[in-house]
Amino acid sequence: MQQLLNGLFIGSIYALFAVGFALVFGILDRLNLAHPAVFAASAFIGIELVTVGGLPFWAALPAVAVVGALLGLIVERVAFRPLKGRADAHFAGLISSIAVAGMLIALLQWRYGAETRRFPADTFPAVRFDVLGAQVTLLQVVIVGICLTLVVGLTWLVARSRLGRGMRAVAENPTAARVLGVNVDRVTATTFAISAALGAVAGALFAMNVNSAQLGMGSAIELKGLAVIVVGGMGSLPGALVGGILLGVAEVFAVQYLGSAWRDLIAFALLFGILLLRPQGLFGGRRARQV
Amino acid sequence: MSHRARVFLAATAVTVTLAACSSGGTGDGGGSLVGEGTGADCTIGSPVPVGAALSLTGAAASYGESQRQGLELAAEQLNARGGVEYELTVEDDQTDPRQGIAVFEQLTADDGVSVIIGPTLSNGGFQAQPIAQEEGVPVLAISNTADGITEQGDYIFRDSLTEAQVIPQTVAKAKEVYGAQSAVVMYSNDDAFTEAGYEVFAQALDAEGIEVAETLEFSTADTDFRALLTEAKAADADLLVVSGLIEAAIPLVTQARELGIDVPIVGGNGFNNPQLMADAGDAAEGVVVGAAWNSASDNPENTAFLADFEEKHGSQPDQFAAQAFAGLMLIDTAVRASCSGERDAIKDGLGTIDGVPSVLGELTINDARDAEHEAVVQIVEDGTFTVLD
Repeated sequence: MQQLLNGLFIGSIYALFAVGFALVFGILDRLNLAHPAVFAASAFIGIELVTVGGLPFWAALPAVAVVGALLGLIVERVAFRPLKGRADAHFAGLISSIAVAGMLIALLQWRYGAETRRFPADTFPAVRFDVLGAQVTLLQVVIVGICLTLVVGLTWLVARSRLGRGMRAVAENPTAARVLGVNVDRVTATTFAISAALGAVAGALFAMNVNSAQLGMGSAIELKGLAVIVVGGMGSLPGALVGGILLGVAEVFAVQYLGSAWRDLIAFALLFGILLLRPQGLFGGRRARQV
Repeated sequence: MSHRARVFLAATAVTVTLAACSSGGTGDGGGSLVGEGTGADCTIGSPVPVGAALSLTGAAASYGESQRQGLELAAEQLNARGGVEYELTVEDDQTDPRQGIAVFEQLTADDGVSVIIGPTLSNGGFQAQPIAQEEGVPVLAISNTADGITEQGDYIFRDSLTEAQVIPQTVAKAKEVYGAQSAVVMYSNDDAFTEAGYEVFAQALDAEGIEVAETLEFSTADTDFRALLTEAKAADADLLVVSGLIEAAIPLVTQARELGIDVPIVGGNGFNNPQLMADAGDAAEGVVVGAAWNSASDNPENTAFLADFEEKHGSQPDQFAAQAFAGLMLIDTAVRASCSGERDAIKDGLGTIDGVPSVLGELTINDARDAEHEAVVQIVEDGTFTVLD
């Protein structure tokens, strides 16, 4: 039971991180590899907001989301927009986003140094519950709550709101969307901002959850995020949620039964297994996109 | 490598010869470093040159600074005592082993010191010590804990306890205080320092008859230990023993307490860091860790040291300052043993140190040129390290 909950907590952070990936991929058909750098940056920025700015955790989290959104706009403007007219825009964007990620990490190192940083010990009340013999902290409950709320909210946004309709129109066919009066550039930028804001919140929560933020934390979660969106079905938001939690639980059981060194191996074995059985992913519909 | 080393040695030899020719008063060239009288009555005509290679800048700067303060206090007190005067030269190795080599060269050749204290980190020691060994200059390491430091040559000594010396005492104390019968051991298996620490722990637990219920390995890059800790908790042992660096220690301790593991957590040297309490907060309570210096010890040397240090520097000394202070005091003992400030006399004198009272307790230099004295086992209580008993 404890292990199942451990998996759920870490998995919900994976899910939140992966949803950001999936959003950009599903709507814009772009893989944004600067996402992990935003994840790491926001953890450090969140820590600074709490330690230097004196913000309580509740206020720091939305602030981190705003910073993340700004970073997302920068990433879009720097790494993706200049390349959008090119025939190889997908691939070029992928490469340029890696470059932006490298720059972000270098800036972080310049600003904060290479040492591990943490939220102060009393940032969040250390309340603990006993659930069916398992120990659960208030922080973990809050993390799962925030993750689920954000993912469900996002799904609703995409399915129901005016912005969501614009997003789906762009996803279907940017040229047609433009003809129909959708401001494609604005929708694209907004999508990046939302995606990065989610990644940023995930970063701050992750640093809170494990009481440690490192420069390499983004690259550690990057492959997991990619695995999650593949498992869940490329671009599927509910798929990313389920995939994230599935991966978290699989990892925890791998550690329990095989040892910590097997953690990543199991995660990626799961990825290949699902690809073999269900190539489109758990929630991926077969896309019939005509060229 | 060997070619470079040869060129370099040749260069050093030339400079040493030149130095010896030009100035008979320094180094081992002159006879005025040999004094008259013995022990406390020893009087030496010219000051004994002592070099210190410390990391005053770079990653280990905070340690080096403490050491400098400890040495300066010791030099001041020894010079006030009279009879033998010490001329302390402190050089910065910038926490860089290459710079450490240059500093050792300068101290042995240009400054012609009789003995070198330092360097601050073991890494630097391994690189620089062969220079002193080659030139016949005794070295006293005051903070290095790695295995093999003193095995580099018969001129290399140290007054800092190694992990292999501290951990068995820590485990024995934990058994005595908590009556521990079983333990879960966790260590990061991809780091030489923590793996060596694990092996010492395993032997110590075995020697104390504490059953190891489970051994769990993790990676130095891990930050989420919940799955492993859940297993550790299920083993229901009396102790949680961890060999890990401070980077792992903080999240590990925090998460262990979150999961309701309330048994004492026994750590290696990586846990001996006030950052643990600063960053893990209440979760750090009940962490047990061994150390070389007991700041609360009431032996007369230590109480005087605490007061004098506070007066001179306006702050509390740490273990680095205490070991540095003890280091220069030991050198004084060695000099007075044969009333000579010459290099070989100091080397022989250091080898005879046996049960000398110091701020670290009664200290003996053994045949392997390592220090032996009682370690202190500390526990985190109310956010500070206090003596466990």
